[in-house]
Amino acid sequence: MALITCQNLCLGYDGQEILHGLSFKVNSGDYLCIVGENGSGKSTLMRTILGLQKPLAGQILTGDGLRISEIGYLPQQTPVQKDFPASVREVVLSGFEGSCRWRPFYTKAEKQRAEDNIRSMGIEHLTARCYRELSGGQQQRVLLARALCATSKLLFLDEPVSGLDPKVTAEMYDLIEKLNREQGITIIMISHDIDAALRYASLVLHIGDRVFFGNREAYRSSGIANLFVKGGVTG
Amino acid sequence: MTAVLEKLALYWQYPFVRYALAVGVLISLCSSLLGVTLVLKRFSFIGDGLSHVAFGAMAIASVLHLTNDMPLVLLITILSAILLLRAGQNAKIKGDAMVAMISVGALAIGYLLMNLFSPSGNLSGDVCSTLFGSTSILTLTKTEVRLCAALSVLVVAAFVFFYHKVFAVTFDESFAAATGVKTKVYNFIIAVIIAVIIVLAMNLVGSLLISALVIFPALSAMRAFKSFRSVTVYSAVLSIFCSLLGILISILAGTPVGSTIVAVDIVLFFVFSALGRILGGVHA
Ligand SMILES: Nc1ncnc2c1ncn2[C@@H]1O[C@H](COP(=O)(O)OP(=O)(O)OP(=O)(O)O)[C@@H](O)[C@H]1O
Ligand SMILES: [Mg+2]
Repeated sequence: MALITCQNLCLGYDGQEILHGLSFKVNSGDYLCIVGENGSGKSTLMRTILGLQKPLAGQILTGDGLRISEIGYLPQQTPVQKDFPASVREVVLSGFEGSCRWRPFYTKAEKQRAEDNIRSMGIEHLTARCYRELSGGQQQRVLLARALCATSKLLFLDEPVSGLDPKVTAEMYDLIEKLNREQGITIIMISHDIDAALRYASLVLHIGDRVFFGNREAYRSSGIANLFVKGGVTG
Repeated sequence: MTAVLEKLALYWQYPFVRYALAVGVLISLCSSLLGVTLVLKRFSFIGDGLSHVAFGAMAIASVLHLTNDMPLVLLITILSAILLLRAGQNAKIKGDAMVAMISVGALAIGYLLMNLFSPSGNLSGDVCSTLFGSTSILTLTKTEVRLCAALSVLVVAAFVFFYHKVFAVTFDESFAAATGVKTKVYNFIIAVIIAVIIVLAMNLVGSLLISALVIFPALSAMRAFKSFRSVTVYSAVLSIFCSLLGILISILAGTPVGSTIVAVDIVLFFVFSALGRILGGVHA
């Protein structure tokens, strides 16, 4: 059975529909890239799959014994209040909270993994800094490290490279690919970067006026990408 | 100076003074713990609303001529906390309007009840002490002291146990919910803890000044410290320090205990604001 199956999904807010009749499947080990214009409902789709809001209609089924505590999530925007006192270490460690259940502290192994994730994001010099005093790109990396702490199976990324410089963007894509290839973590990523989608992802979901779901070869030949990005995509 | 010390030594011999200090320390410790959460999260509105509800509950208790009013006040306040939390989560009914309704309503009805059925002749004195705290914490009975102590210990234990959860839920609720943290349960627990803290703090400073007791130490600590843990620890330390100082001053100078403590809190807040500006924040 597929890891995630969406059947005839209708999405929207307060009964106002923004997408309907969406069906697709994600298997373990897949790398799905969701593309579409601003406001087409990508973040809404992700939030709905994560159970943060209810679908207007349709079903979301999970399989392969997926538990919610095995999911990592990088939100598009984190509404952290301006004055919140939180160090980078505290933020990253909070990624483990979902798997703690009633345990009131973090284990040695968890702390070690948090350190590792902080290092792989290249922010070890910021560990003791206050989260809200970091630059946008630095905050993004902290949240990614947190997402990595939360996951062992499935990682949801909402525009993971927005605000990152080109070098770190490339590193980020490599890292995500490594997680997918080597650790078998399923990736569901929203991106406006069609080039990257066509280079790394195994599946593409395009939403908007025209909806497409299939592997990247089919997407390339469908020509929808060319409609979406003026000037076309070479690949 | 020696006169002051002598006076203190004299007071120290009385067990009720020692009780008062112990209770003051415990309550101020508790009230500071959730300060950050209350300052930053939408829980702040619950805190404010609940202190008014607690006033209404006190009024009902005094009308019923209860000798020990804390259990009833506690019950009503906890129930209201749950109600307010529900209202806050329901987007259809405006949460803020609901809180305003409940809190102002509780104030009005509380005063009305006390006016109609006042058990003692001294109505304005009663109202004043419910709003601003009794003129002296020394009037707490032994049962009240015991109850305060027990509740304080419970609150501290619960906070320590749920510390990381409180952080996760306060920092980023949707991430927490998406990754399997039972945010609804923890919101509920936080609301109940807030209710207990408010009833406790009411004994020390009265219902109108509760927010000050809860919020000022956290605000002070946030001026100088930048991690959740250091802010939590230092707001507890500051809160205890201010309460002890406030209680001592109020005993010596004969000032009302609640407003004295809050005045000390405010002075410290300005000291820390200045410190924070000079140091630019300590990265601890
Ligand atoms: N909280 C909300 N309440 C009501 N409508 C909303 C809400 N959030 C988003 N919308 C609407 O839903 C639609 C889809 O929004 P969504 O955030 O999912 O778009 P998106 O595809 O992620 O866009 P972007 O590429 O800019 O991130 C938009 O038209 C938006 O106006
Ligand atoms: Mg979006």
